[in-house]
Amino acid sequence: MKIIKIDKKTWADGLERLKNQYRVYGPVKEDQGFHTYQPLQDGQQPDLNCLNTRLSPKAIVHPQSHPMFEYSLDEKQADHHIMKPVEAGEISRAVVGVRPCDAKAFQLVKLNFDTPEYKDPYWLNAYAATTFVGLACNDPCSTCFCTTSGCGPFHEEELDILLIDMGEEYAANILTEKGAHLAGAAGWNAVEEEMGMDGRLADQKQAAEAKIRSFVKTDRLREVETTALYEAPFWEEIAFSCINCGTCTYACPTCWCFDIQDETHGQSGKRMRNWDSCMYPLFTLHGSGHNPRSTKIHRVRQRFMHKLKYFVDKYDAGIQCVGCGRCVRLCPVNIDIRKVCGLMNSYDTSACVCPTP
Amino acid sequence: MSECIDRIKEISERLLADGKVDMVIGFRKGTLPMMNEPCFARRAADTVHLVWDSNCGINLANYLTDRKEKIGIIAKGCDSRNIVTHIIENKIKREQLYIIGIPCRGMVDKRRIADRFGGEIEDVFEETDTVIVKGEGTEKRFPKTDVLQENCRICIHRNPVIYDELAGDLVEEQADVDRYEDIRKIESMPPSEKKDFFSNLLSTCIRCYACRNACPLCYCPTCFVDESRPQWVGKGQDPVDVETFHFLKAYHCAGRCTDCGACERACPVGIKVRLFTKKLEKDCLELFNWEAGLSLDDRPPLDVYRPDDPDNFIK
Amino acid sequence: MQNPYLPYPVRIDDILIETEDKNLKTFKFVFLNPEDEERFSYTSGQFAELSVTGKGEIPIGIASSPTEKGFIMFTVNKVGLVSSYLHAMKPGDLMGVRGPLGNCFPWDGMEGKHIVIIGGGFAFTTLRSSIVLMLDPANRGRFKDIHVIYGARSPGMLLYKEEIQAWEKRDDIHVHITVDATDDPDWKYNTGFVPTITEQKAPPGNADTYAIVCGPPIMIKFTQPVLDNLGYDSDHIIMSLENRMKCGIGMCGRCNIGKAFVCKDGPVFTLAQLNQMPKEY
Repeated sequence: MKIIKIDKKTWADGLERLKNQYRVYGPVKEDQGFHTYQPLQDGQQPDLNCLNTRLSPKAIVHPQSHPMFEYSLDEKQADHHIMKPVEAGEISRAVVGVRPCDAKAFQLVKLNFDTPEYKDPYWLNAYAATTFVGLACNDPCSTCFCTTSGCGPFHEEELDILLIDMGEEYAANILTEKGAHLAGAAGWNAVEEEMGMDGRLADQKQAAEAKIRSFVKTDRLREVETTALYEAPFWEEIAFSCINCGTCTYACPTCWCFDIQDETHGQSGKRMRNWDSCMYPLFTLHGSGHNPRSTKIHRVRQRFMHKLKYFVDKYDAGIQCVGCGRCVRLCPVNIDIRKVCGLMNSYDTSACVCPTP
Repeated sequence: MSECIDRIKEISERLLADGKVDMVIGFRKGTLPMMNEPCFARRAADTVHLVWDSNCGINLANYLTDRKEKIGIIAKGCDSRNIVTHIIENKIKREQLYIIGIPCRGMVDKRRIADRFGGEIEDVFEETDTVIVKGEGTEKRFPKTDVLQENCRICIHRNPVIYDELAGDLVEEQADVDRYEDIRKIESMPPSEKKDFFSNLLSTCIRCYACRNACPLCYCPTCFVDESRPQWVGKGQDPVDVETFHFLKAYHCAGRCTDCGACERACPVGIKVRLFTKKLEKDCLELFNWEAGLSLDDRPPLDVYRPDDPDNFIK
Repeated sequence: MQNPYLPYPVRIDDILIETEDKNLKTFKFVFLNPEDEERFSYTSGQFAELSVTGKGEIPIGIASSPTEKGFIMFTVNKVGLVSSYLHAMKPGDLMGVRGPLGNCFPWDGMEGKHIVIIGGGFAFTTLRSSIVLMLDPANRGRFKDIHVIYGARSPGMLLYKEEIQAWEKRDDIHVHITVDATDDPDWKYNTGFVPTITEQKAPPGNADTYAIVCGPPIMIKFTQPVLDNLGYDSDHIIMSLENRMKCGIGMCGRCNIGKAFVCKDGPVFTLAQLNQMPKEY
């Protein structure tokens, strides 16, 4: 749409104005030394020097624990034992400094929560109430592989505004109506008319893309047959080191799985939804004790097959991964999706021969 | 280091070639600096991938639970103590194992190195007692003793306590180590301060259970947090539930924990979970003169009743 | 936006103990708001989430038929937290039902065909729904011959016993009841496992015949080769799957088999479809 110039000297003032209309989230450094997205208090600034947050911003739209309904078990109450929606009253929120990969992730997750048959009101309402102010990555991390997983350091999809750090100022590329409204609320209105700005941005984008050193190949994932890939011999080796924790899934911006649990305190309670993970045996355990994904090989395979095969086949929207590299960095045992993707993409069923006895 | 790797490969290759074991569990080089990945070798030829350096902090005893094969396993001091614990607790049989012991000078803390380095790390090398970190156009050198994992810095059992063969020369154990400075500090806090301290400590927990799952002691078929009948603990982010998980998990490790640091190393959000297990370790030492996993012949203190067990803490 | 997670409030109208081990009970529910019955428009083969307030939800196949009005019916095996609590509830108690969920048996494709229903144990619930649906006078003419082979461990473990015995006497449906074994001298039906009885009683497979098979994995495993031998094509063998579920609407992520969700894309699949999918059920 248009590009606005924001002088860094006035940046903080704009953010404060924004807080009158939005709950503003941004990267904040925790005591433990890493960054997470936090609601910013008055006067508090997001740390935009953060390369990326330890955990993704997905919790802003899909909180780890969230009440769906409330109920009373007290038979003296007229509506006892009947589930009643918890009034959410969505307030407008803005996520400032979100990286393009994390924003793109919302597009992929939306495919799950917004379907022709069913709409998930919790996710969709929170999403609709959120404006995403992205920050282009001038200096991607060594583990970023966004350019080969459907986005890039200056990628614009799902963003309402893309900020580009130009040194003394931010160039704010206003991409949507939502973004224009936010820019108005912040008082960002210095329309950039300087000739050649487009060229400078394009150069900066190209320079950032050239810094990406990590890649995946995904071109063959569609054509390899599901059952052949499922039976591939490499899963035992990939899964061996896995300890079945949920770190990869909880850190991932594109993992959305959840559990539903009733939590009763005394005579009243809430039906909660909590994040869940395909890495946990309990995720698929039947009441009878039977478990269709009973071993960690099953579960590790499920995670990668879902991201790199089932999702690809189901939606024709690329892989369910934006290349943020969090799982690569945080996996306690160094299971690396880039390596697994390579094995899957290059899997040649004709080369698979049964060992001779 | 490379001498040690050669020994590991030579022993592993021999064990597999001679059919003494069905598999060797060790480490292969990871895809990131300061990360190695636990792996297995089933054929003599597979042993070429085995490595050893100061980035092998994952406790390999965790990979032995209920396995049926004959296994060669690489074990540093703490791994060997957890192997002892595994044998005592019937999670593996001594006869199934060929333990390749590695005297250890400590594992490095990759997060501490990353913090001290600043930017993105491209490569990390080790020379005897120095860690050399390379980034884009920069290089920094750290004395290894400055960047050790906290549990390694205060380790007093660096040599394997049980082994069939050593892949390196025994090292001198650290003496005059004050293992419990941090614990005494917490013990001296008044209850309300203590509570705030723990709440703050656990505030970033996402319940990914990496601490539990990285721990070789946590092998219960169904962990108490996962039980549904009865359900002991809520599954959400309520701080009471989060704290209950951590406290009970630590208590389940009382008298068993070797302070291998696997839990803290695995935590994606930097929680010092060892503060809980170390308190119980300290109690076991003071009350029962007990350190876990040092001998196959002694039963753990919470496993046995003795008439002279201390009871002055019962009020 | 309608909230697909919100259960319709229902009252337990009646509870019937089905089996001699008392582990299976049939619950009849009545909607508190009559208009919810309209909204809960279902057909045979679908399931619903039974919502026990304060305990959680369980996915259960609908045992009543859309031709039965004024109530909905579910037969529940007592296995876990929610089902055990449900078993202790009384008529008059309030709870919730969410659905209908999932696909149904392929009724349009089966119209004008011979139908063979093969069931074992307590997996007879949606099959009961299907039989009642087909036997409804308005529907019976839409199908050719109907065969039912239903087996349980013992006579006391058969579901819907009186109804089945009544069907057995009719001439517009061929019912073959069997038990694995019995010492009851008055037992006048078959004795033997379901695959064996299928071999003896089922009509041969052809383009005009569909088999619907629901039962424990062991029964399915041994029935499948029997149907192969009888000439049934894998796309004429219809099966209904179960997996652990929470949302029931394809969002929570746990019940998938390959790219298909058992809750939303299933629970009904043809054997031909299942042959193309990983065996994660």
